[in-house]
Amino acid sequence: MYAFEYRRPTSLAEAVSILGQSEEGKILAGGQTLLPTLKQRLAQPTELIDLSRVPELKGIREDGDSLFIGAFARHAEVASGDLVRQRIPALAALAGEIGDRQVRNLGTLGGSIANADPAADYPAAVVGLKAVVKTDRREISCDDFFTGLFETALEPGELIVGVRFARPEKAGYAKFRNPASRYAMVGVFVAKFGNEVRVAVTGAGGSVFRVPEMEAALAKDFRPEAVAGIAVPADGLNGDMHGSAEYRAHLVTVMAKRAVESCG
Amino acid sequence: MATATGIGASVRRREDQRFLTGRGTYTDDINRPHQTHAVMLRSPHAHARIRGIDTSAALKAPGVIAVLTGADMAADNVNGLPCGWLIHNKDGSPMKEPPHWPLARDRVRYVGDQLAVVIAETREQAKDAAELVEVDYEELPPVASIRAALADNAPAVHDDVPGNVCYDWHLGDKAAVDAAFAQAAHVTTIDLVNQRLVPNAMEPRAAVGEYDAATGDHTLTTTSQNPHVIRLLMGAFVLGIPEHKLRVVAPDVGGGFGSKIFHYAEEAIVTWAARKVGRPVKWTAERAESFLTDAHGRDHLTHAELALDKDGHFLALRVATQANMGAYLSTFATSIPTYLYATLLAGQYKTPAIYAEVKAVFTTTAPVDAYRGAGRPEACYLIERLVEKAAHEMGIDKTEIRRRNFIPADAMPYQTPVALQYDTGDFAKNLDLALPAVDYAGFAARKAESAKRGKLRGIGFATYIEACGIAPSNVAGALGARAGLYESAEVRFHPTGSVTVFTGSHSHGQGHETTFAQIVAERFGVPIENVEIVHGDTAKVPFGMGTYGSRSLAVGGSAIVKAMDKVERKAKKIAAHLMEAAEADIEVKDGRFTVAGTDKSVGIGDIALAAYVPHNYPLDELEPGLDEQAFYDPKNFTYPNGCHVCEVEIDPDTGVVKVERFSAVDDFGRVINPLIVEGQVHGGLVQGIGQALYEHCVYDEDSGQLLTGSYMDYCMPRADDVPSFEVNWHEDQPCTHNPLGVKGCGEAGTIGAAAAVMNAVVDALSEHGVTHLDMPATPERVWRAIRQNRPAMAAE
Repeated sequence: MYAFEYRRPTSLAEAVSILGQSEEGKILAGGQTLLPTLKQRLAQPTELIDLSRVPELKGIREDGDSLFIGAFARHAEVASGDLVRQRIPALAALAGEIGDRQVRNLGTLGGSIANADPAADYPAAVVGLKAVVKTDRREISCDDFFTGLFETALEPGELIVGVRFARPEKAGYAKFRNPASRYAMVGVFVAKFGNEVRVAVTGAGGSVFRVPEMEAALAKDFRPEAVAGIAVPADGLNGDMHGSAEYRAHLVTVMAKRAVESCG
Repeated sequence: MATATGIGASVRRREDQRFLTGRGTYTDDINRPHQTHAVMLRSPHAHARIRGIDTSAALKAPGVIAVLTGADMAADNVNGLPCGWLIHNKDGSPMKEPPHWPLARDRVRYVGDQLAVVIAETREQAKDAAELVEVDYEELPPVASIRAALADNAPAVHDDVPGNVCYDWHLGDKAAVDAAFAQAAHVTTIDLVNQRLVPNAMEPRAAVGEYDAATGDHTLTTTSQNPHVIRLLMGAFVLGIPEHKLRVVAPDVGGGFGSKIFHYAEEAIVTWAARKVGRPVKWTAERAESFLTDAHGRDHLTHAELALDKDGHFLALRVATQANMGAYLSTFATSIPTYLYATLLAGQYKTPAIYAEVKAVFTTTAPVDAYRGAGRPEACYLIERLVEKAAHEMGIDKTEIRRRNFIPADAMPYQTPVALQYDTGDFAKNLDLALPAVDYAGFAARKAESAKRGKLRGIGFATYIEACGIAPSNVAGALGARAGLYESAEVRFHPTGSVTVFTGSHSHGQGHETTFAQIVAERFGVPIENVEIVHGDTAKVPFGMGTYGSRSLAVGGSAIVKAMDKVERKAKKIAAHLMEAAEADIEVKDGRFTVAGTDKSVGIGDIALAAYVPHNYPLDELEPGLDEQAFYDPKNFTYPNGCHVCEVEIDPDTGVVKVERFSAVDDFGRVINPLIVEGQVHGGLVQGIGQALYEHCVYDEDSGQLLTGSYMDYCMPRADDVPSFEVNWHEDQPCTHNPLGVKGCGEAGTIGAAAAVMNAVVDALSEHGVTHLDMPATPERVWRAIRQNRPAMAAE
């Protein structure tokens, strides 16, 4: 690990100010990706700005018919929070399956989606649940937020404050873990809002994506069989030693079926 | 007689108190006054010429004490790391042994090959400075696999090794095999890959070098399974330090699985550098370095054929194996695919003729050497895949084909056609005991139930036999070993009757401090708390060979028994004197020395006191003291054997294999501590399952980079990947040639499990026409195997 300056702001305004003035500062929002990166000397930030004492980023609350989750909510809080479990059980279940216990106790929602790891779980829930990402300066629709591999619509110096998730009628998430890392090799989040269905896929591509054909089929007939025959093209999907693009494409269908099944 | 702490008792491991409470002392826990920190500069290239190394900027960096290179070592006449086993080619010529410099001199040959050491006040400073060392590399083409090494016009890994062949060796009677094949009613053929594995000991390697200029004494503390071997190799061959000026200590060591047998460059570097900088030098591997530079395991390509008569009796076995040595010869690398592999190709079967050819090659990858099982899992996997393939092809039940070919128990001792003579074993009994444990009879019903749920179920067997307790020294020497393979022990009674036992074996997870103490406690009736086991320090322990090849109890334990025999002989004389009886009248039972036919007796504690306070003592005939040393050289290998049965269920939608049942029935001879034996089997089984389903060390063919350089990509088995194991054994075939009757249990689980799992996987997939699948049976491989053989599914 290279040396850096450690900062710990106590308000959102202070955090934004430090980040704005920083040369090569990095946000520490759980650090479950950042710290291993630093330990391997793969990053050399000038400052590490720890958001753990910023009150505006905390808490989980109802917001009309939606659920607002602060950016600094740890995965374990989302997994075990009564409000999440009552309102969107599929989201709590997803959070409870991220990484391992240690990761869940430190990793945060904001940290995860800002990092936009193609194999992260949360992007599937954010897109699947029609979420809106609230930052220090604006609101960003989930469909505009994830822009590519480790890329988001966030501007330099922009901080996520929280995410507002729409409450679905039914939702489910199924993932196939990479056997080694246990990250999502393919994760499919399915959510039904009346006549509208969203199918969001993480792990398979460079960034989370939706499968309109499956959404249309499920809108007509919300049963696993409806998606069983729908394949996504392998072109452009990730391929590595753990799974080729072709295998991932196949798993998208299998996991979509299982996600629908899990909706009960 | 079984007591609460004696032989046969499940005594809880005494060492676990310190391990589980974080109070162990591992090499990295050791810090010396004025200690410096070493960081190795490692090659980022698989293969490159070193045109120049500029250390000037690094030397100016804060805290830097020295930056040393291969040229500095050459100037000090440091030699290369030796190989401990000489193999001869088919034509009788010796194998190729290119130099293996501790710091690369003109060329680097794998990613991670070290070419300079940076020594600084802190580790971070050393890391910072290492980034400032400028190396002018001329990249050369990598040779990342066996196939690449043997390709026409392959680049040479070593200039003086044409074709990259280290040796081309053979064993067995080729003419007899050819003749048997000519008569065969059926021939089963297989081509398989025994993939490369990373050992992954929990504790990364580490070393601390010290030099006392006033006395000229060197000390190396290191993560080793065999400190005396390191002292011999490093002292005599690499650094030229005589034994009496070199102490090697291997304190608590957190797992080895073979990877800590070998003499590694870093050990020589810190020992040499400590003298150069005049301060202790400490190096600890980061996990990434463990992946890159710990000697890897396995990595074979094999083509084999089994000849059978019309009834499924084996007539002959023909094997051609190519084995990857990596970039340099690690300490025992050359012996693994030869004398620890081909000699086991008879397995449990009376195959009358066997011929094996083994070609070992150099590649631009990390050195490959012994890894748990070391050659024997490769042999077992090959034989047992062939046997089940043959059974399938000939329509014979997989248990029946084995029964027809087992060496019967009454044929023991049995001379195989590949050099070994098995002493004992009842292979049919192992199988008989294994079947009910997995409810073999109920398998068809379970398979049907799985099918109802859309799942594929399979069952697979593996029988294995291994040659352990390595070895008789004269036999090993005749086969090319450059070391003896006995073990040492010293049993020292103290004046008040407590005991310290010094053993040349080394415990790095095996529980010696408990098992060895049980043997001593039982023999002399001493409370186990009064027995201390000391190992791992050349300054304390007589010259020993260390722990590997499941040898600690069979060889090291036998040495302890020999030393105890000597103690008892002397104690009898003292007892006779104390009780004014004839020595011939002294009877010994449970540590009491009794005058036959009387109620006069004396305990070992009283005898020890008399020996050290010899006021009433036969000083004319006997020296004071009760402290005896022994060396034990076994008469033969030991032959642990067993039968493993695995049942898997496969999800055809994803290709995921789940191990549902696993039954291991083993014959380890006599069992001293059942709890520890069961633990050893569990760990071994998990490693075998790991090879079958998860683990695979992959180098990129084009760049020679290690693709599986972290746990993000190298898949280790987890607790939730394995079922609750059925582990059983019987003790009615004790080893006939060591005093404890023990055979060894450390590697058995790993040897049988991979074959059993893969046989189960292939069995489950057989309804889709699959006849073989290479390890690891990853979800995608299994899914593809199903899909390729069922065209109707391809549309999905």
